Amino acid sequence: MTYPADNKYTKEHEWIKANGNNATIGITHHAQDSLGDIVFVDLPKIGSEIASGKPFGSVESVKAVSDLYAPVSGTVTEVNAVLATAPENINKDAHSAWMIKIALKDPAELNSLLSASDYEKFVAEEG
Amino acid sequence: MPSVEAAAPAIRKTALNPVHRQMGAKMVEFNGWEMPVEYPSAGGIIAEHNAVRRGVGIFDVSHMGDICFAGPEALAAVQHLSMNDASRLAVGQAQYSALLYPQGTFVDDVVVHRLGEDEYLLVINAGTREKDFNWVRDNSHQFNCKVENLSDDFTQIAIQGPKAVNLLQKLTNADLSAVKFYWVTRGGIVLERGSLRRFLLNTLIARTGYTGEDGFEIYVPSDEATSAWVWNRLLEVGKEFGVVPCGLGARNTLRLEAKLPLYGHEISDTINVWEAGLDRFCKMEKPDFIGRVVLEKAKAEGLKRTLVGLEMVDRGIARDGYRVLGNEGGAVGYVTSGSPAPFLKKNIALAYVPPEFAALGTELKVEIRGQGVKAIVVPTPFYKRPKKL
Repeated sequence: MTYPADNKYTKEHEWIKANGNNATIGITHHAQDSLGDIVFVDLPKIGSEIASGKPFGSVESVKAVSDLYAPVSGTVTEVNAVLATAPENINKDAHSAWMIKIALKDPAELNSLLSASDYEKFVAEEG
Repeated sequence: MPSVEAAAPAIRKTALNPVHRQMGAKMVEFNGWEMPVEYPSAGGIIAEHNAVRRGVGIFDVSHMGDICFAGPEALAAVQHLSMNDASRLAVGQAQYSALLYPQGTFVDDVVVHRLGEDEYLLVINAGTREKDFNWVRDNSHQFNCKVENLSDDFTQIAIQGPKAVNLLQKLTNADLSAVKFYWVTRGGIVLERGSLRRFLLNTLIARTGYTGEDGFEIYVPSDEATSAWVWNRLLEVGKEFGVVPCGLGARNTLRLEAKLPLYGHEISDTINVWEAGLDRFCKMEKPDFIGRVVLEKAKAEGLKRTLVGLEMVDRGIARDGYRVLGNEGGAVGYVTSGSPAPFLKKNIALAYVPPEFAALGTELKVEIRGQGVKAIVVPTPFYKRPKKL
């Protein structure tokens, strides 16, 4: 798996794609692979605030519940409603099955996140 | 006081461990055992689950334990230790039962197989192997019979699903059509490769399982070579039936749909037989057995909680340990097992609640991440296999 180079990544396995003051967030291929069949996604409502490093929702496979962690802070502007009925889209293509879009609170927060190559290294080391 | 035995035990592996790894299974620790939870190559838990409902799947269940009672008073010992009536078993028959503490709570649930006139095999859970054997040994001294722990002698493979009989029949000279559900037979297992042909003789074949489907559990010698050979032959011969290897993930969702109890969840050392709803496997009319006195008293006192099936009405998945809330918002019970049900395509759970909340159709809430999510009490088992025409 090569991870899209224009995205940033977290050690909690989220990806974020920034576009000016806005950004799109999802979970990585590695995350969906280790979760297995994803059957449920719990996402915040439009207008709610998410805070860097804090849970903003959860994703569930048949076996397990995992929190989703906000890579950066911001306000939710859009939620991918398709995932409510087709959460398996995340297994099919985690990097196009986005979860939320946000208005960034401080674009500088992006600088502290992992690059694609750093993330790949991190995943490889984690085994 | 710390002792040498207190050191963390090494994780145990079944003889098929290298085969699972080679097949790319995701391995997890379960009750001290490293076991496959799912095979991504087979499509993962949901695909494995549905293969067993519609076709056939095979499971490595070698982590299960086996205790053998043999001798003139084997029946008396089994009767004293277990709640079902083993005197009703014909040679070759098996029954679901349980070992109880004097309090009427569970040491473990077991399947009792009568293998011979005076020979009984108890199949027990992985997580309770040592506890069960010690319990059984300590409470059977007075009987004239030999009690042996055969847990490490067998690789146990479950072949489960409506096509299990077709698959296994291709590998054995035993007539499986003559073996009814919860009966056992012995037969040869054909092991062949190329021109080489040999039989694994006298293999124990039981028409039992933990999936809610028809199926078999076979007990083969636990050396790695034989175990791998049988496993691989099942996959090879089963191709025409769409066989898939299945892990503990599917094993759990299958048994939950069929409402088969899991030790540590629906049954435990603090839950009694009546609460668990296992009345029909507990024969109060048979001669005395451990747990009976207290169970009689408990029956007269009535239930304080009972096991119910829940189906989630609103979006959300109940999980083990989540609280069940009444209409006023206070906790009235807890979930013992909860999961999406892959075949039924519903989110289901088993939960303990007081009897006044147990009527079918009762609306309850399950607390999921701080929110009460609506659920309804439904009939169980959630899934019942279709009767054969």
